[in-house]
Amino acid sequence: MWIYEKKLEYPVKIKTPNPKMAKYIITQYGGPDGELAASLRYLSQRFSMPTNETKGILNDIGTEELAHLEMVGSMVYQLTKGVPADVLEKEGLGAYYTDHDHAVYPMSAAGNPFTAAYIQSKGDVIADLHEDLAAEQKARATYENLIRLANDPDVIDPLRFLREREVVHFQRFGEALRLVQEKFAEKKFYINTPMPRTW
Amino acid sequence: MNTHRENLLKEVMAADFTLIDLNLYLNTHPYDQRAIILFNNCAQRARMLRNEFERLYGPLIASNSTSRCPWQWINSPWPWEHQS
Repeated sequence: MWIYEKKLEYPVKIKTPNPKMAKYIITQYGGPDGELAASLRYLSQRFSMPTNETKGILNDIGTEELAHLEMVGSMVYQLTKGVPADVLEKEGLGAYYTDHDHAVYPMSAAGNPFTAAYIQSKGDVIADLHEDLAAEQKARATYENLIRLANDPDVIDPLRFLREREVVHFQRFGEALRLVQEKFAEKKFYINTPMPRTW
Repeated sequence: MNTHRENLLKEVMAADFTLIDLNLYLNTHPYDQRAIILFNNCAQRARMLRNEFERLYGPLIASNSTSRCPWQWINSPWPWEHQS
């Protein structure tokens, strides 16, 4: 189960609102390579993982992604806080304001609402771990794009942290994949059953 | 300009982050005894800092708290808010 700690994983203290940046950063809240997708993917895949190492890593990285979701939501909230409707409209958030006012809503930078079609939970450990490796790279690349778009150090700082965490997660998933491959190489299996199973 | 509360919370966040990172490492390196010892030591320090913060500024986890009246858990600031 989850317990909530009343603090962010890393500080988000944005002094200057910037609706234009909010429109882009929101993609890491509800977009295809964002933190909601990551947490839901990993926390769903964990059930069918075959080893303790893989259950642990999917469980705990999935949990950390929820903390990242909170950080990104905080960034969007602070970037639009107190900004009047006409300014939001001028900065490209007119449609968003119409449906959501100053709320935080899970969607991509292009305005597509979050969908589970962004994730897969295949039940095949090799497929799932490869998807997770790709997901971390996509997230890293997206944070790099956002860092290039930003110029406020209060915004860049948490984005840099989030980018670095993606690199670390990629490393961990790589280790988990290697462990699983080593484990299944111990058993002999035939050419026409290439997918290792524990049952 | 940071208040004492902000500075102490930052220390708690940093100490907890070390644990999060070590936790992930240990999940794929469960036999790394040195890392386990490091984790246990860091956990002790993190607990100490958290207790100090909660003593002065109220609960970080709702079920950790012995509350005064009115119910302290809902007090500001929430993590997505900041004084600036």
